[in-house]
Amino acid sequence: MNFDLSDEQKMLAEQMRGLLGKRATPQRLRSLIDAGQEWDEPLWRELGELGFLGAAVPDVYGGLGLSELDLGVISEELGRVNAAVPFFSSVVLAADAIGLAGTQAQKARYLPGIASGETVATFAYAEGSAGWSDPAVHAVLEDGRLTGTKSPVADAGVAGLAVVLAKAGGRLALAVVELEQPGVLRTKLESFDQLRAHYSLRFENAAATPLEGAAAARVMPMLMDRAAVQAAFEGVGGAEACLHMARDYAAGRKIFGRSLDSYQAIKHKLADILVGVELARSSAYYAGWAAVTGAEDLPTSASAARLMAIDAFERAARENIQVHGGIGYTFDANCHFYYRRERTLALSLGGRERWADRLIAHMPGRQGQGNARGREAA
Amino acid sequence: MDFNDTPEEAAYRVAARDWLRQHAPAHELQPGTRLSDSEEVQRGRAWQKQLADGGYAGILLPQSLGGNGGTIAQATVFGEEETRFRVPKGAYVGIGLGMALPVIGKHGTPAQIARFAAPTLRGEMTWCQLFSEPGAGSDLAAVRTRAVRDGTDWVVNGQKVWSSWAHLADWGILIVRTDSSLPKHKGLSFFVVDMKSPGIDVRPIRQISGASDFNETFFTDVRIPDSDRIGAVGDGWTCAMTVLMGERLNQGGHGNDGSITDLIQYAADTPRDGGTALDSSAVRLNLASAYAEEQAERHFQARLRTMVSRGENPGASASIIKLAYTSRYQKLAGMALELRELAGIAHAPDDIATARIMRDYIWSTALRVAGGADEVLRNQISERVLGMPSELRADKNVPFNQL
Repeated sequence: MNFDLSDEQKMLAEQMRGLLGKRATPQRLRSLIDAGQEWDEPLWRELGELGFLGAAVPDVYGGLGLSELDLGVISEELGRVNAAVPFFSSVVLAADAIGLAGTQAQKARYLPGIASGETVATFAYAEGSAGWSDPAVHAVLEDGRLTGTKSPVADAGVAGLAVVLAKAGGRLALAVVELEQPGVLRTKLESFDQLRAHYSLRFENAAATPLEGAAAARVMPMLMDRAAVQAAFEGVGGAEACLHMARDYAAGRKIFGRSLDSYQAIKHKLADILVGVELARSSAYYAGWAAVTGAEDLPTSASAARLMAIDAFERAARENIQVHGGIGYTFDANCHFYYRRERTLALSLGGRERWADRLIAHMPGRQGQGNARGREAA
Repeated sequence: MDFNDTPEEAAYRVAARDWLRQHAPAHELQPGTRLSDSEEVQRGRAWQKQLADGGYAGILLPQSLGGNGGTIAQATVFGEEETRFRVPKGAYVGIGLGMALPVIGKHGTPAQIARFAAPTLRGEMTWCQLFSEPGAGSDLAAVRTRAVRDGTDWVVNGQKVWSSWAHLADWGILIVRTDSSLPKHKGLSFFVVDMKSPGIDVRPIRQISGASDFNETFFTDVRIPDSDRIGAVGDGWTCAMTVLMGERLNQGGHGNDGSITDLIQYAADTPRDGGTALDSSAVRLNLASAYAEEQAERHFQARLRTMVSRGENPGASASIIKLAYTSRYQKLAGMALELRELAGIAHAPDDIATARIMRDYIWSTALRVAGGADEVLRNQISERVLGMPSELRADKNVPFNQL
């Protein structure tokens, strides 16, 4: 038993924290929003040059070949600063989808570009609802041509590629689609998160390359579990940032003749947030380990990590603004970045209800049983 | 990170499992049978003796105390295997192992260790904790029970409360005031006391559960020989801290995911409006959240164990487990009663499962207070983990007799 990150993983976290502390500052985030930028392109390039974007891509495909836990460390640090980069779309979802569902030749074709950051990819599974099982998917893939609408799709404005979930011959299928082609219409949506743009993608007979290494129906649950683990790490990073921000603000604020952080109303609120963060972190560690080892309980542990992270980040993001008081409602304070990101993260793979269903359906002794939703979630 | 056993841990597990299979079944309590308190203590003593015979009585305790000087991983592995059996494990044994022996081991003399360690490990000597008083609960250092030196003895007068199993314990660990001219933390001393001493009167408290395993313990001119003092005169608070830190680390982790697994099955078996209770998405979300939280507590505790095994002190982080566990326990029991709908109001006499959940719901209120109330734990976490300011203490540095 050893329930801690390795020294190398701790160093990786330090390295990320050092870099992001300099580059992804709140001032930088504000200037991106003011300039109407959808991403922090220089930061993305730098992450690519340092190898972080290929952390979990096998070295034969141009990555570092590190584990899902290493990737988790990176996700957590990106979450901590609310970085405006399409890491979750490109690295966590699209690259993993290609890694799980692609043939060797397809991996060799797409992964090196994603690993270096040269190519930005995104993952288009949703069609309005967050469902990713059979009845929720209507886009049709036929003879290398894709028709249908996927929405919302994160980072589709800056992505060159999308991995798209569709149906081929009535079965789930995954295909890679170049977004720069006549059959693709991108419509920008009004995103709640000002630092993560979302699009509606309309495909009309667009050229698409089906991923043929493994069946999409088998890949999708695994892909979503593994992404849920990374989202949990990202949420833990964001939640902890909110906790520290609230603590530091309260320490410097005087009210009724004493510092705000000397009040139990504040101390207890922050203690509860800390409990949530530490429990969520523990769940993320375990689920990350389950992803690394391909443990049987990945579906339950990933679902659990997701539920814990949503709870922790939700509370931390809300109470951070509350502790800040009026200043927390201003654009110049930094709370709002997290308040918006939290909702995006909580909903982007489907919210609590879906993951609760998935957890229940995969509880020991219940495999294959459960309610209608549970079966769908399986 | 590796949640699997190392080869050594795996070998230890196999040996523990074999030993338990041989010896535990004879000691198991049958579900649904109600033992009297004294029968239960007898059964607990017998199992502890069996553990001692097998070399599993004090896995973590140092060899100087008669323990194995083993690793926290071994203790965890054995605990995990032991919980597969319904063996009698209660505070009547746990207080001796988890509180009395650590404080005697750390602050006691070699003679005291020689006298108390072996019989406690063998279940021949059981212990109670005589700390809280009517006016000193969370604020333990406010105790008023006093001991006055008289020759080679101390004479103790006062009242203790919430002393679990004091009515059946052989010995007690006791914190008293020996100098009220000093500020409250400084005038305390620590003793062990023979519960058969003249002048000790143990009166059961009628609890909201209907049980009476907590007590009030009255001391009237009880004589304790100075040789039963643990640590120096005035070092009582240090000794008490040793006990309380041990208590915190041992809390929680009676992780029993079986209960939530069972509840999920129960929901699936409970007819509701043409389907089952598990068709309700609210029910699924509640059960899944409770399961996620319970697992998180287990994994968090595993992180703490990893720290301890490296010689690091988790400090106030250990409070996180207790704070999370007790609230979740209460929430889950309340939810379980709702799952049962009207059976949660009144159940059939043979419905043991519902009866147990009702007991849990009552017991959870005690858990949130005992061994560190929620509010005290939140203070500790915010002050010691987050570095926030301490509470104002109006009695700090004031002699106790001037408060």
